Amino acid sequence: MGSTVTQLQMIPLSFYIIFCTALFTIGVVGVLAKRNALAIFMSVELMLNSANLLLAAFSAYRNDPSGQVFVFFIMVVAAAEVAIGLALLVVVYRSSRTIDINILNRLKW
Amino acid sequence: MQFISLLLLLFPLFGFLVIGLFSRQINKKYAGVVASGVVFVNLILTSILFWFVTTTNQTVETDLFDWIKFANISIPFALTVDRLSALMLFVVNGVGFLIHVYSIGYMKGDDGENRFFSYMNLFIFFMLILVLSSNYLMLFIGWEGVGLCSYLLIGFWYKDHLNNNAAKKAFIMNRIGDLGFLIGIFMIFHTFGTLNISEVATKASIMPSGCTALLIITLGLFSGAIGKSAQIPLFTWLPDAMAGPTPVSALIHAATMVTAGVYLVARSSVLFVLSPVTMNLILVIGMFTALISGLIAIYQNDIKKILAYSTISQLGFMFMALGLGSFSGAMFHLTTHAFFKALLFLAAGSVMHALNQEQDIRKMGGLRKKIPFTFALFAIGAIAISGIPPFAGFFSKEMILSVAYEHGMGMGIIATFISLLTTVYMFRLLFVAFYKPESDAVKANHSVHESPLVMLIPMAVLALLSMAAGFVQTPALFSSNNLFEDYLSPIFVSAHQLVPASGQNLSVLTEWLTLLIPLTIIAILIYISYMRFAKERVIAELSGIQKVMANKFYFDEIYNFCIVKPIEKLSLFFRETVDQGIINRLINSIGSGTLYIGGRVRLLQTGNVGFYLIIMAFSIIAILFFNLIR
Repeated sequence: MGSTVTQLQMIPLSFYIIFCTALFTIGVVGVLAKRNALAIFMSVELMLNSANLLLAAFSAYRNDPSGQVFVFFIMVVAAAEVAIGLALLVVVYRSSRTIDINILNRLKW
Repeated sequence: MQFISLLLLLFPLFGFLVIGLFSRQINKKYAGVVASGVVFVNLILTSILFWFVTTTNQTVETDLFDWIKFANISIPFALTVDRLSALMLFVVNGVGFLIHVYSIGYMKGDDGENRFFSYMNLFIFFMLILVLSSNYLMLFIGWEGVGLCSYLLIGFWYKDHLNNNAAKKAFIMNRIGDLGFLIGIFMIFHTFGTLNISEVATKASIMPSGCTALLIITLGLFSGAIGKSAQIPLFTWLPDAMAGPTPVSALIHAATMVTAGVYLVARSSVLFVLSPVTMNLILVIGMFTALISGLIAIYQNDIKKILAYSTISQLGFMFMALGLGSFSGAMFHLTTHAFFKALLFLAAGSVMHALNQEQDIRKMGGLRKKIPFTFALFAIGAIAISGIPPFAGFFSKEMILSVAYEHGMGMGIIATFISLLTTVYMFRLLFVAFYKPESDAVKANHSVHESPLVMLIPMAVLALLSMAAGFVQTPALFSSNNLFEDYLSPIFVSAHQLVPASGQNLSVLTEWLTLLIPLTIIAILIYISYMRFAKERVIAELSGIQKVMANKFYFDEIYNFCIVKPIEKLSLFFRETVDQGIINRLINSIGSGTLYIGGRVRLLQTGNVGFYLIIMAFSIIAILFFNLIR
């Protein structure tokens, strides 16, 4: 444990933050710009994982393992969310033969 | 005895419930028999009570249960049979029984026969409550109840809208008077702390004459009497009430219900004698009512309308007697009037029965030979009501006239004039309908027939009563037979003690003159109207004042213009402007405003998921940014 922490701490914290921000921004842009529902899902996962990484980094730097515990929780929640989301996507695909999210505007009004 | 007075109420109620609830099951043949039987039992019970009250000189007090009881208010459901109510019991049950029997024949074949008889029994029930009640509140219940039955029976043939309107008119005009009655009752409770009639009388007898509380009370009670007894200004409902079946007109609108006002004033005699202003008002209103309706009756052409105006006129005459302080005179005229007016109405019904419900006397004529029994009975009624000796009307009118002459010569002459009007319109009716050569309508009608016995016999009994009932009270001139006055004197003794009769006694000569001159005039009037109406004549155009009389002094038109139309305008204003214009528009604008806003806002919901996400992302950024700069 101690060696991993010291290895992690060799990289400055600001690098982690910049990297995670970049990942998160890519995720947000992907969610907003993509029309393919599957790609949006992937972007959402990207955002989640950027947050996870940041949590792990802070946890290492502060010598506080609870941050890493959180990461596991988030992974479980993300897995559950993906299971439901993919199931929804399958249903949408079955009914409309496409996973373009613009097709969903049929639901308006 | 107490049980009997209770039975008196239960029998008609029983009759009403049985006939009313099982009206579909009961054969029409039996409804009338049941209803009449119930009233006949009542008549027997009344005789027992009458015998008891007269011989033992007691009043029968029946305290059934506490009806209203809270705080210091206690109003029992209690009945009182004294001499006055025993007399009224006789009138209600006696005349009521005869009219029930008559109705069996008259209503035969009508669709609503069962309904009719159930209403009639209900009427008897409420009338008995009115007569027997020992407090003013129960009297009011009976008062309203008979009003309800009057409404139901005027509008009995409800398929014709005119009848419904007449029923509503009667109900509403009664309501106006009843408002005053209710105020009077409240005022009685406020002043005396009790509603028991005899207690009120005892407590009132020590109050000073003419005090304000008594004035308000008596004015209130009298306004109820004005409505119920069809006096000016609330009399216009009674002629319209003739829309009901004729037995109803005879029972309710001639013999019993409309005399309830007279009964009320006589019941409260102590209160009224202590309020001279009200007494004078009663006198004046009675006088004008008797005069005006007597004049109107002369130019009417509807047989029932003539009798209706005649009833109003006679009621006005009774109120004159009350105003003059002769309570027993009023009650005497009430009793005899019940007999001969019921007889006249039943005879008129018999005429209509013979002529397919024809009511216009101009389309009659020559009926003397076609329906001789009806003619004879009608003539007896006409003679009795005109005050020709020795029939009943003569004695009762003479009693009132002598009081009027004692009050003053002018008053006497006015009263005589009013009673002479009776002769004019009754004999005009008699000659036009029965003597005049047959009209075309009668000639064309081959089914003119005498009424069945079931109708003729009650009329014959009433005719006997109209002939004989007067002898219980003969004028002082002939003998000292004061049976009627003595009978009622215990009731009015306290009233007469408080305010002794002020009139001076007349000399024997004036009494003879006041008796003989009117009789001579009556004879002349009959001769004139025979010459004028019994022969074939072209009906002269009405001119000037005659037209005004024929149009009932335009009372209905004036009321229409002064009261009905403004209220209608006001209602229209409230409906169109206030309700539709303001309230409705306010409510509607809330609805339409919400719809408008919704219409705009829903455009935001494009259904485009990308758009939603952008909104979400920028909103989060905005919130974070906002938190940052705060």
